[in-house]
Amino acid sequence: MLFVAVFNYGPMYGIQLAFRKYDFTKGLTGGDWVGFQYFRQFFASPMFKPLMVNTIRISLWTLVMGFIAPIILALLINQIHSTKVKSFVQTITYMPHFISTVVIVAMINLFLTPSTGLLTRFLSFLHIDNANFMGNPSTFTPIYWISEVWQHMGWNSIIYLAALSSVDVALYEAAKMDGAGRFQLIRYIDIPAIMPTAGVLLILNMGGVLNVGFEKVFLMQNTLNLPASEVISTYTYKIGILQNQFSYSTAIGLFNMLINFVFLVIANQISRRVSHTGIF
Amino acid sequence: MENTQDMARSGARRVRRLIGGRTLGDWVADLIIVLILLLIVASILYPIWFIIIASVSDQTLVNTGQVTWFPKGISAYGFQQILGDDRIWNGYRNTLIYTVAGTVLNLVVTMPAAFALSRPEFKWRRLIMLFFTITMFVNGGLIPTYLLYKQLDLLDSWAVFVIPQALNVYNLIIARSFFESSIPEDLHDAAQIDGVGYFRYFTRIVIPLSSAIIAVIGLYYLVQHWNDFFTGLVYIRTYDKQPLQIVLRDILLSNQAFQGGSGSTAGAGYGQEFADQIKYGVIIVSTLPLLVIYPFIQKYFNKGVMIGAIKG
Repeated sequence: MLFVAVFNYGPMYGIQLAFRKYDFTKGLTGGDWVGFQYFRQFFASPMFKPLMVNTIRISLWTLVMGFIAPIILALLINQIHSTKVKSFVQTITYMPHFISTVVIVAMINLFLTPSTGLLTRFLSFLHIDNANFMGNPSTFTPIYWISEVWQHMGWNSIIYLAALSSVDVALYEAAKMDGAGRFQLIRYIDIPAIMPTAGVLLILNMGGVLNVGFEKVFLMQNTLNLPASEVISTYTYKIGILQNQFSYSTAIGLFNMLINFVFLVIANQISRRVSHTGIF
Repeated sequence: MENTQDMARSGARRVRRLIGGRTLGDWVADLIIVLILLLIVASILYPIWFIIIASVSDQTLVNTGQVTWFPKGISAYGFQQILGDDRIWNGYRNTLIYTVAGTVLNLVVTMPAAFALSRPEFKWRRLIMLFFTITMFVNGGLIPTYLLYKQLDLLDSWAVFVIPQALNVYNLIIARSFFESSIPEDLHDAAQIDGVGYFRYFTRIVIPLSSAIIAVIGLYYLVQHWNDFFTGLVYIRTYDKQPLQIVLRDILLSNQAFQGGSGSTAGAGYGQEFADQIKYGVIIVSTLPLLVIYPFIQKYFNKGVMIGAIKG
């Protein structure tokens, strides 16, 4: 027990840190109580609507696509018979996950360079012509979610593959005896097997619906695509750290978190009703 | 388990051969699946291969689309420039220090904490776990965090890369689940009978049995530190202390010229064609270390993530 006490010192320090941050919010507004003034300022600001629209658009696309793609990939990989091929595909698809955001964005920029970039040339070969993909507000969201799916699809499929590998083989054999075809096996055995995992992951992702990855959006921003790429987190950074409007920025951050929390609770309720799985 | 599955599969195949072999539909399905997966694999491998060949090729040929499969007009100019650039090596050194120090501290904090929280006789474990889990969803936000770090004198110091990130709750949960599910309780009973205390039980028995999970979590932390861009952006002012990712941002995205070519007038030293070659080279130099380490630890991944998933 003594040992437990000693080694809990480490994590307790972490808790303290995390909670002191939180308390600090109160301390800050408590300094000179202004109530909801900053929240009202935010709702009334001309930035409010575009920020919300951009944030939700980017995050919903990423959420939905980033949720479906790994499931499909896992189902496909699970269909491979040869263990060698399977592990080869897995090794390759996990790889992009380790590339840093800065490098990913650099790759996107290089490949989408107007007229000379690798992808630009490939797309114009397919008759998808666009002078400048990165400098166009309407292409920002697709570029964002496609690259996001490309990078994390493999990695996120691990969890589903793990769920699939725990399916009892006898179940497949029994279904085959009953004359089930390939797609019926997937439909009635594989998909139900990963449903609980998928449900929990979806809830967790819903909890971050307004948390568009700050780093990537920030790095992909340029003056041309800003109308579509300014999101809540980049805005809080700009007005907070760069312009020193501490209270205003904190209010927006807190608002962001509250919305996320509401989404989390709603998603959890729905999931509990539908599939009896929930995280709390 | 892999084996029993294979055996069952080959058994099933034998049965099918007896009753008439694979159907045409099976072949078509297999073909489609393999084609889709091949396409996905190609979409990942080709860009990486392209960056490698583009980094040593003549950029005029690259930009006009003549470099597709193999490098053309080979020149090592880009790499020479990179090797001669102080900023990259400075960033490299900083990142290496932050990563090693950070990962060691992470493991030293996470493993014992996870062990303590995995012990059923530890009364407060549920309460403490709840405390941790809340921090996954609730945080003070950017500015309060910034002000706290300022008060703690963490701003613009190397410690900001290491101390605030000492523990990642997700990794803690994975490690705890591993201890709960994979270390037999009998071992603990036996240790107690022999009069071995918690500390010695943990260091002599649990740790040696946990190499897989230590490898996985160590890699998670390693990647997290190596790719950390946010910390440098927000909390560091002095350029000498910036990690590699910030340096990369400046070179790759802000188009800052290299020292060799950043003479005085615009365009001095080298033109756009070399700038791109350098970018390809920088991507390789900065990403290589992780891609080299990763296959060695990859075999533990499935296990590590699966354990996290069960409890998640």
